[in-house]
Order: sequence, then structure tokens, then C-alpha cells
Amino acid sequence: MSNQNAIELRGVTKRFGSVVANHNVNMDVRKGEILAVLGENGCGKTTLMNMIAGIYYPDEGQIFINGQEVIIRSPKDAFRHGIGMIHQHFKLVDVFSATENIVLGIKEEDRYNLKKSMERVGEISARYGFDLHPEKKIYEMAVSEKQTVEIVKVLYRGADILILDEPTAVLTPQETQKLFSVLRRMRDDGKSIIIITHKMHEVLSISDRVAVLRKGEHVATVNTAETNEGQLTELMVGKKVALNLNRSQPKNVTDRLVVEHLTCINREGVKVLDDINFVARSGEILGIAGIAGSGQRELLESIAGLQNVSEGDVFYNNPKTGETVDLRDKTPLQIRDLGVRLSFVPEDRLGMGLVGNMDIIDNMMLRSYRRGKSVFVDRKKPKDLAQDIISRLEVVTPDANTPVRRLSGGNVQKVLIGREIAASPTVLMAAYPVRGLDINSSYTIYDLLNQQKENGVAVIFVGEDLDVLVELCDRILVIGSGRITGVVDGRSATKEEIGYLMTASMEKEEEAHA
Amino acid sequence: MLMTIAAFLQGAIKQGIPLLLGSTGEIITEKSGHLNLGIPGIMYVGGISGVVGAFFYENAMGDAMNPFLAVLIPLVCSLVGSTLMALIYSFLTVTLRANQNVTGLALTTFGTGIGTFFGGSLAKLANSETASVSFNRTSQYFSATLPFAQDWGFIGKVFFSYGFLAYLAVIIALVSAWVLKKTKVGLHLRAVGESPATADAAGINVTAYKYAATCIGGAIAGLGGLYYVVDYAKVWSSNGFGDRGWLAIALVIFALWRPDLGTLGSFLFGGLYIVYLYIPGLNRSTQALFTMLPYLVTIIVLVSVSIRKKRENQPPASLGLSYFREER
Amino acid sequence: MRKDTSVQPVKKAHEPFVHITKRGELVWWRAWLIRAGALILAMLLCGLVTVMITDLRPMDVYVALFNGNFGPEVDTWVVFRDMAILLCISLAVTPAFKMRFWNIGAEGQVLMGGLASAACMIYIKDAVPNWLLLLIMLAASLAVGALWAAIPAICKAKWETNETLFTLMMNYIATQLIAFLTIFWERPKGSGTIGVINQMSEAGWMPSLFGNRYVLCIIIVAALTVAMFIYLRYSKQGYEISVVGESENTARYIGINVGRVIVRTMILSGAICGLAGFLLVGGIDHTITTTTAGGQGFTAIMVSWLAKFNPIFMSLTAFLITFLQKGAQQIATGFRLDPSFSDILTGIILFFIIGCEFFIHYKLNFRTAQKEEK
Repeated sequence: MSNQNAIELRGVTKRFGSVVANHNVNMDVRKGEILAVLGENGCGKTTLMNMIAGIYYPDEGQIFINGQEVIIRSPKDAFRHGIGMIHQHFKLVDVFSATENIVLGIKEEDRYNLKKSMERVGEISARYGFDLHPEKKIYEMAVSEKQTVEIVKVLYRGADILILDEPTAVLTPQETQKLFSVLRRMRDDGKSIIIITHKMHEVLSISDRVAVLRKGEHVATVNTAETNEGQLTELMVGKKVALNLNRSQPKNVTDRLVVEHLTCINREGVKVLDDINFVARSGEILGIAGIAGSGQRELLESIAGLQNVSEGDVFYNNPKTGETVDLRDKTPLQIRDLGVRLSFVPEDRLGMGLVGNMDIIDNMMLRSYRRGKSVFVDRKKPKDLAQDIISRLEVVTPDANTPVRRLSGGNVQKVLIGREIAASPTVLMAAYPVRGLDINSSYTIYDLLNQQKENGVAVIFVGEDLDVLVELCDRILVIGSGRITGVVDGRSATKEEIGYLMTASMEKEEEAHA
Repeated sequence: MLMTIAAFLQGAIKQGIPLLLGSTGEIITEKSGHLNLGIPGIMYVGGISGVVGAFFYENAMGDAMNPFLAVLIPLVCSLVGSTLMALIYSFLTVTLRANQNVTGLALTTFGTGIGTFFGGSLAKLANSETASVSFNRTSQYFSATLPFAQDWGFIGKVFFSYGFLAYLAVIIALVSAWVLKKTKVGLHLRAVGESPATADAAGINVTAYKYAATCIGGAIAGLGGLYYVVDYAKVWSSNGFGDRGWLAIALVIFALWRPDLGTLGSFLFGGLYIVYLYIPGLNRSTQALFTMLPYLVTIIVLVSVSIRKKRENQPPASLGLSYFREER
Repeated sequence: MRKDTSVQPVKKAHEPFVHITKRGELVWWRAWLIRAGALILAMLLCGLVTVMITDLRPMDVYVALFNGNFGPEVDTWVVFRDMAILLCISLAVTPAFKMRFWNIGAEGQVLMGGLASAACMIYIKDAVPNWLLLLIMLAASLAVGALWAAIPAICKAKWETNETLFTLMMNYIATQLIAFLTIFWERPKGSGTIGVINQMSEAGWMPSLFGNRYVLCIIIVAALTVAMFIYLRYSKQGYEISVVGESENTARYIGINVGRVIVRTMILSGAICGLAGFLLVGGIDHTITTTTAGGQGFTAIMVSWLAKFNPIFMSLTAFLITFLQKGAQQIATGFRLDPSFSDILTGIILFFIIGCEFFIHYKLNFRTAQKEEK
């Protein structure tokens, strides 16, 4: 067997319970190339890479490194084969310096000598042009520096194959350019680099070849020089799937929520929302599309009063009184006391929307327990509500006294959405409400959202599946890196158009900087 | 006047040594992410195990005691006793992932129980009227100082008038500080206490580190109990040791989890413990207020550290939390 | 230098002998079966230890334990009185624990509550009617206990100061404060104790009920147990405590002010500790010493934890611990052993019950021959 392939995957399959994350993947990575792995959220890119890096163990299939079949059971095994992965969520000890983190866990023959290690870190940095202070503490570092530490950590262990999971998601365009030049230098050094990304222009600018994954399967690997954006997008999103969601014409449309110049800066000082302006109207479903982590969560949380807003306003037009109130800097309780009927289905269902260890009845009370003057909680109404939701939404559960953590994902979501809708909202925000749900549960959720729209609720739907967005939503707001990159009409927009807008933000930014 | 100062410093250091050993042991344990509230119990057991060893060796040999064995036997007994206690703790909290606070408190109940029980039983065996056990000859060996200590005046009194365990305590503290700061083992241990998941991913055996830190820490803390009975008090009485175990835990916070600072801190705490003896015009009641000072100072340190939020001075980030790899 | 290692084949490693996984959910009766099993094992070990130390025959150990509580030589009212105090302190720490706030300062809060009562008894004496004095004492104890608990709570809410260490330190400040005041108030001078306060007038002593001095105390704690059960289960505040304890994120999502709930709950926790101090000083000891709480502040933590923070179960675990301690003390007296014998037995029981929780939450999967082949 010729040895020009660094990694060969043969028939690799991984299942999580009934969900097939990767199915029969056959893929090669050559020596001295940069391979981009492209695909939508949830298509199995990260799972596949985790199997190479020893985090997961494949259910079926073989992995060959330099032509030899290997078994990788742990990150340690992976290191031994010269594979290093830079995860999206860094694994670093905050109070340690860069060098301390880099040498952590390495068994060296010679004595522990931080100074010598520091020199080696310096050498590696100089070789590839990293700007890294070996003595700087992790907690003093910006995200890009932390990423550098992770990369050096992998190089220090002598890795020849580097896997980077969405490395550019947290970087500014300049930092991205710097990273890319480093990656190119490493490739020229003979290393193989796999980079996971959704951003089309990055794929085109950095990679030698592109492997496209769709719904857990490897669709194709093409040479970057011989392809173009159109072809890649088509490979990535596939043929249009007809979902037959029944979308009605919006009726009695009025402006319900007016967001103006909303800007948020997170703890690390990064602008997660940058001058967001939009209107959510009653009787309409407003979709929000974007790559995961582009500011969707922050946007919804700042409307719900859970985020510190640095600039801008959120105006709410009360349908009953006709008054307009500003929700900025209000706590969730104050928002409720203003008579704003805002329901919010957060992304983190069991960590935020519900309490996993409490039963369905107690979870029903989360929103309503304060009602009434009594010092005691009223469990009668929540119990009726729980029974009602269980029967109406067909929640599969032994009874209403079952802790929600024991329900399946779809049923958890039904309980959460059921509760939020029961508050008869005027605005309903739902973040990834069908993530991890099977087809039937997903349709139940779509129907519920459509019903709410017909009842005159302003629905804001954050989604990841473009097929669903274009069939469900009346208007779609596309968000990229905390900014709005476009607003399209749900009836006329195409997936390709949205996909382009999702990834477009970076190009614009680069133009602005040029 | 000079000799009064010398006597005060000497007293402060002697009071400080048990605290120093206790806190060094606790620091090593806490660096692995385990808050061992059983340290007071372990120190009791460390003390009584040494006493049991000394008592039986003394009674068996009478005047024919071998100085080397007279030191070695109590020492080994103490180390074995306190390590066994630490093993109970680490088995429950590391392997069985039990709640650390509850386990620690149970261990303290158990340990003080063992200490008082066996101490009381020995007193009965020795037909002591006062419910105390003394072991003069053993203490002599433990508190033997360098021969020239008496002749060197101030210097001799302040620096050379202690038994070998006192020097050992300081050496252990300094070595621990060096290990934690400068060696790979220390680096790995700190990583385990800060972020076990990161350490695990880097290929460090988290369980082994946790066990080792807890047991070594326990053994060192047990020496504090031994020092107190055989060198400082020279007699076992059931309430003699008092709340020194908790004071040792306070010292950990005061020293910001650094054994080298703990050395100075222990002398300071020891000084606060006895300073009332040296201030004229004070009576017994003010003694209580002075003994309160170490705790008060510790709280002030604890609160100001939490206000300033300087990252290096915080408790290990995963202190008190069990680690289970497959947790999501 | 590093490259050559990269081609070495990985050592063939076996699947670990035992693999630990988290259990989904255990049926309640199986969980209790595990706990009961642990208790039985612990009792057997306790019996064994006792047999080794004394010359009792094995079965006689358990008879002796029983007689230590209900035998003809003991005042069973005292057993129930001590259990009531332990239960009272356990109830006090429970709301804080339910909120995942580690209040291990109950010892100090009890002492401070007791101190407040003692101060009232000493300074007010019989200047007011006894019922009024008792009310003043109660109010003072509740307030001081609450204050002692509120200080660490405020720091926690404001600066996230580690509450375990803070409350622990507060215990010893309380102890030393009492040591100071003991000498300040000591009677006769030089004795180092306060002695029984108001021996003659019995001012500030809780009255006897049904001819027994302890009945009132026991009734108060029984009522408190029910009240705490209702508070945690049915009140809005109790519900908020559960939500904050389970997930601070959810609490914020539904608009709970987490800091406020922490301080409020700790004030409640400290006030009940103060109540225990009042009962100890006004109802039982009629004096205050540094050992008035006698380590029960720590035992209570374990009692509360063993009962899974359920006040009704807590009366059972409090009884278990008291039963064991009283019984062991009786054995110790009978054989002229040191009374701390009971602490050893308590420790053994606690280790077993603490350890058995692991088998409720985790499952051990042993390697099977079949898997090994694969």
C-alpha cells in the first residue's frame, strides 16, 4: 500500500442510542495537505473527528494511520500515533501559564525543567510564527491566544496530523488570516491538517481538498482548485426536501417587538451582538438563521432580560393598552410586571428552561408559582395544566409526577413548549426547538408554532435546518458574527441564498478592513 | 527582655508546629480537589497511634530502651494510623464519590472518638488518676535538642531548642512548596485539583493523584498530632489537643494554599495563641479573645481574597467536587 | 526524536475489569434496600468491634444498645430530649443544604443563640414575668443565630466567598466569644464556669409540662419538623430554594434573585439554630459553656444529609444516631470504657451509609468473558 495517505477511514460508523451520527464513512487524508471538512450543523463532522482523536470509539469500521490499521481508544493513543485535536471548547487549566499547560501530562525522559520546556515552546512558536508568551497565564489570554496554546500543545507532543474543530469561530478576520498562514507553514513542513468549518470562503482560501459530509455520511471529496461555492453548497445542503409544512398567510400583522441598535459585549470583551435592528410582527414567524454561536443565544437572552445590553433598545408594543415600553435593562420579573407576555424556549432545555430533577407539575409552576397572595404554592392548577399538556401534546410519560430528566428529548421539549405556550404569550421565542428530536416530535413543534402564529403571536424561531426555515418562516433574519447580514422573505428565499448570507459576514468584514 | 522575646518566639513556634504539619497536609489534600474536613480527626489518630506505640514500647522495655527504636516505633505507628484514616476518606470520596463535607465530618467524629477512647483506655491501663497518659522517656528522645542549644543564648533558644519533628515540619512544608511549584508531580497535582477533566485528557491518572495526595497529606497531618503529644505536651489528655485541627484548616486559607507561607503563618498563629501571656495587664478572659484572632484574621483573608478575585489566590477550582469522567 | 514513537503499535490493552457508569433511575425500594443493607452491615461491624473490646456475647451487644435507650436504668425522656435537639439543628441546616449552600457553621449559630438566651437570663433575671423573659430570650436567640448565619451568606451572595470555610471559621469565633464571656460572667470567681443561672428564681427556665421538664422542648421540635416539611414542600419560598439548589441558571431564567434567596434562607437556617441554642440554655442546661452544642452542629449535617433533606426522614435518622450514641455510652459505662466509644460506632455507621449512596447512583459493570473475546 502506498503510504501517501496519513489517515484512511474505512466504513466508520458511530451511533448514539438510536441516532446514527456517522454512517459508513470512507475518507482519506493525505500527507502534507490541508483538508477542509464541510457540512451543516449536526452532520457528524465533530463526531467523526473525535473518533480519530480518541474521544469516541467507532462502532464499526477501521482507521489506518500511515497505512497501518490502528486502534485508538483514548487521546493518549491518538498522541502516540501523532494525532492531535484542537477542540472547540479548550481544555486548559486557567491558572497555569501557557508552558505549564503545554507540558501537562507528558512523560519526558529528562527531568522536569520548565525553562527548557519554555525554550522549546519558543522554538515551536518561532518556527510557525506564533505570537505566544510562554509565561502568560491562560486566564489573562484572549480566545485566540488560548487557541494558540492548544495548537502548540499538540505540536509539542510531536503531532503530524492536526485536527482543528471550527478554529475560526472565535477569531477575528485578522486572527483568522494569521492562523491560516501558520497552517500553511505547517503543511509545507509535511504535516496533515484537517480543519472543520462551515465558512465557504475559508474553505476555498485555505484548503487543498474539501470533504463534504451530509447527515452523517461522506458525500464527496473534491479538489478545492476544481470546485466553486455553488457546487460545494449543493453538496452540503443536498437536494431540496419538501416538508409540506402548512404555512398560512399572516393576518393582522402589527409590529410587536422593535429591536434597535442592540449591542452586547461579553465577559471577554468580544462584541457578541453588533448593532442589531429588526422588527418582530404579530401573526408572523420570524426565522433566525446563522451558524451556531453567531449571537443567536445572546439575542434572545437580551430580549428576555437575561443579558447585559451595552447599547440599543428593545421596544414592546402592548396590544391591549397600545403603549410602548422599553425592555432594556429590565429583569425577567420586571418585564412580566410591565404586562409583557413574553415566552422563551431556551436552547438549554434541562439546564435553563426546566429543572431536570423536578416532576412535570413542579416544572409547570416555574413560571406561575408566584401567582396569588398565599405563601403556599398552588399545585392544583399546574397539575391540571400538566395533565392537559400530557394529553394534548401526547407526552410519553408514566405520569405527571415523573422527573422531566427521565423523559426523552422530544417529550422534554413538549413539556417546555407546552408550558411556555400555556402562558398565552404575545411573543414566543424558541431557540433550536427541534434539535435532537425525531421527525414526529418535530412536526408537533412546527404545528404548535404555526398555531401560535395564527393566534396572533409574534413568533421568533431560531433554527439550524435551512429546509425548515424556508418552509416555516414568513421572514428570515440571517445573522453572522453578531450582525444581521440580511433579511429575506421566507416564501421566495432559497437555501443557497441563506447559506451564502450566513457565511458572507466574514467577507464583508475583510473588505472593510482591507 | 531579650530572653522574654526569645521565650515568646520559642513558645510561638512550638505552638505553631502542629498547625504547620496539619495545614501542610491539608494543603496537599486540597490541591487534589478534596476538602478534607477529617483532618482534625486524622491528627487525633496520628497522635494516639504514636502514643500507643510509645506506651507499649516503654512498658515493655523499661529502662532498656533503644533511643532509635523509641523514636521510630511511635513515628511509624503514627504514620500508619493517620494514613489508614486518610485511606478511609479517599476510598469514600474518590472511589465512591461521596460528599466530601459529610465524609470529612464523619471522619473527624470517628477520629476524635478513636483518640479519646484509646487515650482513656491507656490511662486506665496505666492506672492514672488524672485520665492522662505520660511517656516521659519517649518524650525525652522526641524533644531532645542539639547539645549546644542551651549555651547559645538568644540564638540557641529561638533556633535550636526544638525536637527533630519541628525541623522536619518546616522541611516538609518547604519541600511541599517546592514540589507543588517546581516539579512535574506538583504541576500534575495542581491540574487535578483545578480541572480534573483537563488533567484526565492530558493523560494524568486522576484517581492515583487524588489517593496519593489525600494519604500523604493525612500522614503529614498525623505527624502534627504526634508532635503535639510526644514533644509539646509530653502527656496525653483527652481534651488537650483542642481545636488545633480546625485551626490548621484555617491556616490553609490564611496561607493562600502555599505551604511556605504556612510556615510563617503557623508561627504567627502560634504567637497569637500565647501572646496574652506576654502582655501585662491581661487576664484569663482576654486569652479567649486572643485565641479568636487567628480565626478572625482567616475570615478577613478569605473575604478579601474573594473580593479581589486574584486568580492565583483562589481555592483550587474543583475543590469539593467529585470527578466522574463520563459525567456530562 | 518524537517521531519514532508514533509508529509503534499500541500495546494491546484489555477492557478494564470493572467499568463504572451512572445509573438511570433506581426504583425507590431498591435504593432503600441498599441503604438498609449498608445499615445492617454497619451494625454487624459495630457489634464485632464491641465484642472485641468488651467481653459481651454478640447478641448481647444489641440488647445492651437497646437498654441504653429504653432500659430500666435510663431516663428515656432524656433520650428523646437529646434527639429533639439534634433534630432541631438538623432541620436548621436543611434549607441551606437544599440550596447547595454548605452551612457547616451550625455549631457556632447554636452557641450564639444559646449565648443570647444566657445573656438575657443573667441581665434581666426576674425583672419581668417568666413568660415575658422566655419570649425575650427566644427573640434574642433567633436574632443572634440569624445574624451569625447572615454574615457568610451576604459575603457569598456578594462576592461568592467560599461558604464552607467561612461558616466553619465562624464556629470558633463563637466558641472563643463564649470562652471570654464565661470568664466575664463566671460564678464563683475563678471557677471558670458560669454555673447554673438563676438557680433560685428559675427565671428564664422553660416550664415543665405534664410534669416533665423536657416535654415542652420535644413538642416545639416536633411542631418545627412538621412546619419545616410544609415549608420546604408547599411554600413558595421552599419552592424557590429547590430551584436555586437545582439550577441557578433556571432560577435566573424565571426571575429569581439568587442572592436574595441565599441570604433569606441562611437567616432562616441561623434562626432555627438560634432556637436550638434557646432550648439548650432555657430548657435543658440553664447555663452556657463552650461545649453546649457539643459537636451536634456537625452531627446534624450528617443527619440532614442521610435523610436526603426530608424533615420526616430526618426524625428517623436523628433517632438512629441518638439511639446509637446513647446505647454505646451505656455499654461504655457498663464496662468502664471511655464514653467516646459511641463516637467510634457512630463513625462506622456514617461511613457505611455515606458510602452506600455510590451504589444507588452508579452501576458497576464487570468485564464479562464474552466482551473480552471481542
